Amino acid sequence: MNRLPSSVRQLITGLRLLLIMTVICGIIYPVVMVAIAQVAFHKQANGSLVSYKGRTVGSSLLCQEFVNDKGQPLPQYFQPRPSYAIVGWSLAQKKNGQYYIAGTGPDNYGCNPLYSSASNLGPNNPAQIQFVKQRLQEISKFDHVPISKIPSDAVTGSASGLDPDISPQNAAIQVDRVAAARHVSPAKIRALVAKYTSGRVLGFLGDPVVNVLLLNIALDEKYPV
Amino acid sequence: MSAATAGWLQAGLLIAALAACYIPLGNYIAYIFSTDKDWKVERFIYKVMGVNKDADQKWSVYLRSILAFSVVAVLFLYLMERLQRYLPMDQHMPAVEQDTAWNTAVSFVTNTNWQNYAGESTMGYVTQMSGLVVQQFMSAAVGLCVAIAMIRGFVRQKTDKLGNFWVDVTRCTFRLLLPLSIVGGIVLVASGAIENFSAYHTITTLSGAHQTIPGGPVASSEIIKNMGNNGGGWFNTNSAHPFEDPTSFTTVFEIFTLLLIPFATPRAFGKMVKDNRQGYALVAVMVIIWLCAVGGISFFESHYNLGGATAAHLAHGAMEGVETRFGTSGCSLFAASTTVTSTGAVNCFHDSLTPFGGGIALFDIALGEIAPGGIGAGMYGILILAVVTVFVAGLMVGRTPEYIGKKIRPLEMKYAALYFLTLPVVILTAAGLSIGTHQGQSAIFNPGPHGLTEIVYAFASMANNNGSAFAGLGSAAPWYQTLGGIVMLLGRFAPEIFALGLAGSLARQSRVPESAGTLSTKTPLFVGMVVAVVLVLVGLTYFPALALGPFAEGLH
Repeated sequence: MNRLPSSVRQLITGLRLLLIMTVICGIIYPVVMVAIAQVAFHKQANGSLVSYKGRTVGSSLLCQEFVNDKGQPLPQYFQPRPSYAIVGWSLAQKKNGQYYIAGTGPDNYGCNPLYSSASNLGPNNPAQIQFVKQRLQEISKFDHVPISKIPSDAVTGSASGLDPDISPQNAAIQVDRVAAARHVSPAKIRALVAKYTSGRVLGFLGDPVVNVLLLNIALDEKYPV
Repeated sequence: MSAATAGWLQAGLLIAALAACYIPLGNYIAYIFSTDKDWKVERFIYKVMGVNKDADQKWSVYLRSILAFSVVAVLFLYLMERLQRYLPMDQHMPAVEQDTAWNTAVSFVTNTNWQNYAGESTMGYVTQMSGLVVQQFMSAAVGLCVAIAMIRGFVRQKTDKLGNFWVDVTRCTFRLLLPLSIVGGIVLVASGAIENFSAYHTITTLSGAHQTIPGGPVASSEIIKNMGNNGGGWFNTNSAHPFEDPTSFTTVFEIFTLLLIPFATPRAFGKMVKDNRQGYALVAVMVIIWLCAVGGISFFESHYNLGGATAAHLAHGAMEGVETRFGTSGCSLFAASTTVTSTGAVNCFHDSLTPFGGGIALFDIALGEIAPGGIGAGMYGILILAVVTVFVAGLMVGRTPEYIGKKIRPLEMKYAALYFLTLPVVILTAAGLSIGTHQGQSAIFNPGPHGLTEIVYAFASMANNNGSAFAGLGSAAPWYQTLGGIVMLLGRFAPEIFALGLAGSLARQSRVPESAGTLSTKTPLFVGMVVAVVLVLVGLTYFPALALGPFAEGLH
C-alpha cells in the first residue's frame, strides 16, 4: 500500500474507517438499543399503543380525526387541533380569493402519521389570517361559545400535525357540546376531562394538556352514544 | 403557577444541569485527546485502518485526511440512498431522487442535516440507521477533532504536528459519543420515544377510520441527532413529532443534550492550555449570547401583540406550528438553543414564529454558530473570534496582539480574516442569486418580506451547517438542491481549512511568556470585547438583509 500516492492511501483509510463505523454505529448500536428498549420499555418502544374492547385503536402519542364521511366533526367526541398531516398538503387559492387547504389522493384527512407536517404559514400570510378567522367562526358556531373564549391552540395548526393533546381551555369549551350529544350532564363530562388532564411535568416543564384519544375512549366506555 | 414562572424555572433547570456538567465533561474531553492509553477496540481499528497511532500529522495532512474521509462518506451515502430498495427493512421506499440524494448526502456529512425530504415517506430503516445516523456520529466527531487540533496549535510549540486525525476521530466516537448516546437514548425510550424494527402497520381508529403507524429505531437516532448537533430528524417534523419527542420532559432533555458538549468544550480548552480561566472567559461569551437569544425569542413569542404577528393576534396566542405539550416557552427555548448550536432540530416551526422571534433565530445562525456553536465547530469558531478580538484590541492600544502566549502576526490574521469572510460571501451570494432568478423566486411560500427571510434563512442555515429551516420555502426544487449542496460544502470545509491552517502556524511558534504589556484574555473586559466583536461584525454584515426581511415585516 505504501507505493500508492498518499491521497489514494488516505481515501482507502477513510473507506476502511467508514465501513467499520457503519458496522458499529449503524448496525450494532441500533440493534443493541432496540433489544434493550424491547425488553425494558416494551410499551413505549412500540409507540404507546392503546387498546379498546380488545383491539388496538391508536397511539396515545398520535392524534386522530373524529369526523363523519363528509369530513365534518362528530359532536360526541372531543376534537383535536387542526392538522396539516395530510397527503400532499398544499395551499390552493380559488378564484374568489379564498384560500383552501388542499390535499391529494383518496386519504385526504389530517392526523396521518405517514405525512407529519406543519403549515409553515407565516403570521402575516393572508391565508393564515383567513384560516384563523374561519376556525374562530366555525368553533363559535359548533360549540356555542363567544370568540373571545376560544383558546389559541383550537384555531392553529400543531407543529407535527399529530399533536395528541389540546389545552384544558380548549377541552372546557367543548364540554357542553359533548355532554348534549351524549345526553349526560356537563358536570360528569367535566370530571372526566379533569381525570385526563396532565399538569406540567415536575410542576414546571411545558404546558398542561388533555389527551384527546384517551379522553374519547373513556367517554365511549362510560357514556356510550 | 403562571406560564411565565414555569418558563423561567424550566430555563433555570437547564442552566443548572449544564453548569453541573461543565467541569467533569470538559476535563474528560481534554483527557480523551491527551492520554496515551488506547482501548483494545481502538487498537484493533487502527490496525484495520493501517494507521500508526503515534504518527502525528502536519496540518495539511490532518486536513487531507478529513477531506478524504468526507469524500468517501458522501459517495457511500449517495449510493446507499439510490440503492435502498435492495437493502433490508426498506418499507417499500423507492430509490431517493438524484438531486435529493446528493443534497442529503452532503448535508449529513457536513453536519448540516438540511432535509429536503420527509423521512417517514422517503427513507427505509437501514438507509436511516446505517447511513444517515452513522454520519451523525462521524460528522460530529470530525468537528470536535478540528477543534482539538486547533487547541493543540495553542498548546504545542516549535512543531508542525497537530495530532493524528484517524486516532482522534476513533477516540471521540468510542469514548464520548457512543457512551453518551446509549445512556441518553435509553432515557428517551423510557419517556416514550419509539425504538423498534416493526414494519408500518395500519390500525382502525376509535371512530372507524384507518391510520398507519410508522416505526423504526428512532430513539437511538434522536439522541445523536441532538448530541452531535446534527438536527436531521427521523420524521419530517423532527422533534415536534411525538414519536421523537413525546413529552415536555424529553424536549428539555433534548435541549440539554444539544447544548451539553458545545458548552463543555471551552473547559477542555482551558484544561489543555493549562489555564482554566481562559475556558471560563470563552464560555461566558457563549452563555451571554445564548441567554440573549433565549430571552429575545421567549419575549416575542409570549408578547405576540408587539411584533406585528397578525394571525397570532387574532388567535390570542402564537401557537401556529407549536405543540400543545411544549407551549410557547418550550418552543422558544428550543428555537434559541437549536439555532445558536448549529443543531437545526426543531420542536416548533420557525416559519410560523412571530416576525421578530424568527428574526432572532436567523440572527443566531448568522452569528456563525459560535455561542456555543456546533460540536467542535463552535469551539474553533470562537477561538478565531478571540484572535480577531485581540488583534482589534492590539490595534487600539498599539501592542503586538497575543493569545494564549502565541503572537498574532499577519499570517495568522489572514487565516482568521478568510475564515470570517467565507460565510457571509457564500450566504449573501447564494441568497442574491436566488432572489434574482425565477427558479429561486418561485419556491417562496409566504409573500412579502417573509419570503425574503425564508431565502436568507435557508442559505444562512446551510452555510453554517445548522439545518433548521423556514420550511415554507420549496427547497426541494432542483435549484435549491444543487446550490444548497455546494453552499453546505463550502460552509463546512472552507472554514475548517482556514482553522487548521491557523492552528498549523500557531503550533510552529514558541510560547511567549506573559508580560505586563499583555492584554489579559480572562477578564470580564475581554469577554465584553469578544461579545461586541461578534455582534458588530455580524450586525454590519447582515443588517441590510435583516432590515428588509424580519424587521420590515414586524414593523409593518
